[in-house]
Amino acid sequence: MNRPRALVLRAPGTNRDGDAAFALDLVGADPRRVLVSEVFDNPKLLHESQLLVIPGGFSFADALGAGRLFALELVTRLSEELAEFVEAGKPVIGICNGFQVLVRTGLLPGAGLTVALGQNAVGSTSNGKFICDWVLLRPASKRSIWTAGLTEEIECPIAHGEGRFVCDPETLAALQANDQIAFRYAADNPNGSLDDIAGICDDTGLVLGLMPHPEDHVLPRQHPQSLRGHRGGLARRLFEAGVDHAKETR
Amino acid sequence: MAESGASTSGRHRLTVSPHHPNGTATTITIDADLSAADRARLEQVLVDPLLETGAWNGAVGVHQLDIGLIPGVTDTAAAQVVHAAGLLGIDITDAAVGRQIDLDDAIGKADDTEIRRRWANPVIERWRIAGPVEPGFAAREADPAVTESVELPGDDESLAELGRKRGLALDLGELHVIRDHFAGLGRAPTDAELETLAQTWSEHCAHKSFRAEIAADDGAAVEPLLAQLRRSTTEIDAPFVVSAFDGNAGIVRFGSQRTYALKCETHNHPCAIEPFGGANTGVGGVIRDIIGAAHRPIACTNILCFGPADTPDDQLPRGVLSPQRIIDGVVAGVADYGNKIGLPMVAGGVLYDPAYVSNPLVFAGCIGVAPADRPALTGPHPGDRVVVLGGRTGRDGIRGATFSSMEMDATTGDVAGASVQIGDPIVEKMVSDLLIDAWDLYTAITDCGAGGLSSAIGELADGVGADVELNLVPLKYAGLAPWEIWLSEAQERMVVAVAPHEVEALADLAERHGVELSDVGSFTGDRRLTVRFEGEPVIQLDTAFLHDGRPRRRLVATQPKPIRTRVALSCHDPAGALLALLAHPNIASKASIIRRYDHEILGATVIRPLTGLYNDGPADGVVLADPSDDDGIAIGIGVNPWYGLQDPERMAWAVIDEAIRNAVASGGDPSAMALMDNFSWGNPTRATTFGGLVAAVRGCCDAAHLYRAPFVSGKDSLNNEYLAADGTRHAIPPTLVITAIGHVPDVAKAVTPDLKQAGNVVVLLGRTLAEFGGSHLAMVLGDGTTSAVPAPDLAAPGRYRALHAAMQRGLVAAAHDCSEGGLAVALAEMAIAGRLGLEIAVGVVDDDATTALFSESVGRVVCEVRPEHLGEFNDVVGGETRIIGHVSAAPTMTVSGQFELPLDRLVAAFNGATV
Repeated sequence: MNRPRALVLRAPGTNRDGDAAFALDLVGADPRRVLVSEVFDNPKLLHESQLLVIPGGFSFADALGAGRLFALELVTRLSEELAEFVEAGKPVIGICNGFQVLVRTGLLPGAGLTVALGQNAVGSTSNGKFICDWVLLRPASKRSIWTAGLTEEIECPIAHGEGRFVCDPETLAALQANDQIAFRYAADNPNGSLDDIAGICDDTGLVLGLMPHPEDHVLPRQHPQSLRGHRGGLARRLFEAGVDHAKETR
Repeated sequence: MAESGASTSGRHRLTVSPHHPNGTATTITIDADLSAADRARLEQVLVDPLLETGAWNGAVGVHQLDIGLIPGVTDTAAAQVVHAAGLLGIDITDAAVGRQIDLDDAIGKADDTEIRRRWANPVIERWRIAGPVEPGFAAREADPAVTESVELPGDDESLAELGRKRGLALDLGELHVIRDHFAGLGRAPTDAELETLAQTWSEHCAHKSFRAEIAADDGAAVEPLLAQLRRSTTEIDAPFVVSAFDGNAGIVRFGSQRTYALKCETHNHPCAIEPFGGANTGVGGVIRDIIGAAHRPIACTNILCFGPADTPDDQLPRGVLSPQRIIDGVVAGVADYGNKIGLPMVAGGVLYDPAYVSNPLVFAGCIGVAPADRPALTGPHPGDRVVVLGGRTGRDGIRGATFSSMEMDATTGDVAGASVQIGDPIVEKMVSDLLIDAWDLYTAITDCGAGGLSSAIGELADGVGADVELNLVPLKYAGLAPWEIWLSEAQERMVVAVAPHEVEALADLAERHGVELSDVGSFTGDRRLTVRFEGEPVIQLDTAFLHDGRPRRRLVATQPKPIRTRVALSCHDPAGALLALLAHPNIASKASIIRRYDHEILGATVIRPLTGLYNDGPADGVVLADPSDDDGIAIGIGVNPWYGLQDPERMAWAVIDEAIRNAVASGGDPSAMALMDNFSWGNPTRATTFGGLVAAVRGCCDAAHLYRAPFVSGKDSLNNEYLAADGTRHAIPPTLVITAIGHVPDVAKAVTPDLKQAGNVVVLLGRTLAEFGGSHLAMVLGDGTTSAVPAPDLAAPGRYRALHAAMQRGLVAAAHDCSEGGLAVALAEMAIAGRLGLEIAVGVVDDDATTALFSESVGRVVCEVRPEHLGEFNDVVGGETRIIGHVSAAPTMTVSGQFELPLDRLVAAFNGATV
C-alpha cells in the first residue's frame, strides 16, 4: 500500500505533533515526528518526505511573538530546501503555531510584512487572551489542493491567543482575487480576524495555513455533541486531500 | 524597589508598541556593539510591522512605568533574543526583556504601594518611572562558594532564635535531636547539612502532622492520620491498585491495557505572593510528579479558591494582594503552563469566599498513562550514576519547602521572594519527551520539587546511599554557595538513576531532545549521603538519620462537636432564589476561566468541562480516552469548605460522595474508582484545628470503605493562615478536595447532563432531607442559622452501581448530580445545557417545596430517561427512584405550584455572572 511519508516538524515547544500524526496515520499516511534540529543535520529527512506538517504549539515558547523564532530558524537554515519541496509539488500544512510560522517564512503570502496573526480581539480591543472553543469553518478556496474537494463545513477547535488575521488592503484584495482564502469562520468570528479569515493558501495551492485544529476532529467521538448523536463536520477529508495529493509525488 | 538607571555604551533598547490599544509595550534591552544594519535585521525579527511599531532608544515618558525582571528570575524571552541574534550572526553579550505601561492620568497616584498593588510585583520585578529600568542581566561577579559550620547553641532560647533566623521551620524538640546527633559525631553541622535537615523534616516534605502521634481530648486512641488513610486502602484491597502512597504518585490499572498515575498538589503560599509564578510552577511541579512516576502526562486538573473578586482594597489586610489580581495571575499562570506544555486542563472548580482573601488555595492535579505490561523500575542499584536532567540551577526557589510550612504575614512577600519562581514549560516538555523515549535507560526516577536536589537525591538515596559532586551541577550563573546549589528549587529538573553502561546512550538521546544532562555522582550502597563541593565533603549524613531521625510530633486534637439538628429553611420566592443561585459566583458559569485553558489537545477529550447543545452547561465529570481506542477514564471532583466550617467529618463524606457521583454520572464505573485527597487546613498546633482534621480523616476512611474506593495518593497543606499587621489571624475554612478517577470501559456509553429530547421522563435518584447547613440557599438568603450539613447516605454506593449498569444498557439519556443549590439548580443546569424546558412536580420529593428544591442532600442524581426505557430503567435501578416530571419543548422551567421561569432567564443568570 502506498503510504506517503509525512514529516511532522517539531521545534522545542511544539505540542500538537501527536495529534497531527494521529490524523495523518488515520487517513493513510506514514507520519514521522522529527525535531527541526535533526532536519538541519540531515535535510534528506525533508527530501524523502512527500508531505510537510508544521503543527501547533508554542515553538520556543513564542517568547518573541508567535512562531517568529521557528520561522527565523527555517529561513536561515532551510529556506532553499523548503522552496524545492513546494516546487516538487508536495503539499505543506501549517496549523495554528505552524500557520504563524508559515506567514513569516515566505511560504505563505506576506512574509511577515503584509500578513500577520495578531492578538485575539473582542471588538476593537485586543487582549491576547487564549481561547479554546469550537468553531465552524467554511472551505472557501478551489485553488488550494487541501480544500478544493471539500463540499461541507468543518467543525473543529481553536486554541490560541494570537490568531487574529490581519493584512493590508492590497493583500486582502489579492488573496480574494486569487482564491487564496482557504477557510472562513462560518458562524462566530472568535478572534476578530479580518474578513472572517481562518486560513489562507499560497498561489500554488499547495501550502495551507490555518489557525483552527482540524487534527482534533478526525473521529466523530471528538465532537462535543457526539454523545448527543452528532455526526459530521469531520475534518478527515482535509487530511485525505493532502495525503491523496502527496501520493502523486515522490 | 524603584531604583536609578545607568546607561552603558553598547546598550541598545528596542521598545515594541502594539497598534491595537492595550497599553503595554515590550522592551528589549541588548548589550552589544550593533551597527545600524544589525539593528534593522533584529527589528525585522522582533517587530511585526502590521501589529507593532518598534523604536530604538526612545525616552521613557514622565507618565510611563518601566518594569523589568530582577536578576536571576527566569527570562525566557531574553534567551530567545540571544538565540535569534545568533541565527542572524549578530553577537550579543546580554539581553533583558521588560514591559512599559502608559499610566496616563493614573501617574499621579503611582506611588510604590499603588504600583505594587496594580502593575508590578516586587517579588520578581523592579521598576522606574520616566526612565529605563536597569536591565536584569544575570550577575557575572561570583561570590566565593563557601560552606560554613553552624554551631548549635546549648541554651534553648538561642537555639530557637537561630532556627527562626535561618527560617528552618523546625521546633525545639527537632532542633535538640539535631544538636544531639552532631554532638555525638563530635562536630558542628555544616550549613548545607542543617538546611538539608530543615527541608527534609519540613511539614511540606515530611507531613509531620499527618504522621504525628495524636492525643485526643476524649482520651480515645487515635492512629496517626497517614496511617489511617494507608490502612483503609490496604483493607479495601481493590484489585486495580498498583501503588498507593508510595513515590511520586498513586498508580492504578484500569482495563487490561493501561496504568494511570494520579497526583494532586497544592501551591497555596506561592500563589498568595506571586500568583502567576506560583500557579505556573504548581502546574509544572505536579506534571513532574507524574513524569517522576514514569508515566506520560495526559491531563491536568485545577481547583482554585479565591476571595470574592469585588473585595474593596480597603478591606484587604496589609501586604495582601487584591483577589482580582490573584485571580488574574493564577488563571494566567495555570493557562500558560498547561497550554504551553500541551496538556488538556480538563476538570476543576473555582470557589469564592472571603476567608480566602489573604490565603488563596491552588490545587493542581495531573494524570499520566503507561502501558500496563511495562515492568516496574527496580533501582537505584549501588553503582548506578546520579544523573540530573533539564533546567539549570540558580538561586531561585531557595527554602520553598520551609516557606510553605510557615504561616504568612505582612513581611512574607519581601522575605520569601526568592522562594517563588517562573516556570519554563517548554523545557519541561522536552524533558518529558526525552524520558518517555528513554524509558529503558534508567532504573529509578524522581523530580526536583520542594527541597530541590536535596530531597530528590536524598529520597532516591534512602536505604542505598549516594556520593555526589555539586561542582558538576550546571548553574545558571556562578557564585552559588554549595548549600544553595543543593537546596535550590529551580524548576524543570529531574533526577534519574542510570546504570553506568547506559549513561552514554541517555546522553545521546538527551542531546537530540535538546535537554541538558549531567552525571553528578553515584549511588553507593553505603547508606550514607555524601555531598561534595570540589571534592571536599559538605554533607555527610546517615540516610537513616535524615529520613527517620526526626522525633515524632505529638498533637492535641479537640474533637469538633458539630450541630446535627436538621432545620428546614423557608423560601418565599423560589424563582428568585433559583436565579440568585445560578448567578452566585460559586455556581455560575466559569466559562471565562475554562476557555482560557486548552481542553482539546491530545484529541482524547470526550466530555468537556462545559457541555451541551451550545457547550455552555456545566459537566459533572470529564471523560477522556486516547483516540486509539474507547477505553477511558472519568474524573470527578468534590469540594465544599462551607460544610467543613460546620462539620469536617460530614464534609469528608459529602465531598467523597460528590467526587464519585460526578465520575459515575459521566459514565465512570463505581467498582473501579480511586481517590486522591488534598487537605488544606490551618495551623495544626491549635487543638481545635487539628481536631477538625482528625474528624475529616475519619470521615474519609469510613467513606472510602463504604464506597470501596481506595485512596491512592494525597497531600496536605497546613498552616494556611495569615497573621495581619494588626495581630488579627485569618485562617481558611477547612478545605478538602477529593478527586475521583474511575474506569470508563467504553466512552461511547458516557453520559452528559444536557437534556436530550422533549417527552423524556425526569427521574430523581436518592432521598432528600431538610439539610441546609452550609448550603448555598442559606448563603443567598443570608440565613445564618447553624444546622445539620448533609448526612452520609449509606445506600449511595449501591445506587451508583445500579445507575452505572443502567448506563451500560443505554437507558440513561442524561444524568446530573445535585450539589450546591440542590435539585432546582441541577434541573436548571440540565435545561440550560440542552436548551429544553422542564415540567416538574416536587411533591413526591418532599412535602416541603423548599426542601425538595434546594436541600443539598448527598447521593442524588437526576436522570433523563426515554419513556420506552422507563420500565427497564426502574428494574435495573430500583430503590429510591422518583419520577418528578418530563422534558418539554416549550422553553420554560415549570415547577407546579411554585414557579415558571423562561429558559432564557436561567441562561442569562447562569452565563451572565462571570468573572
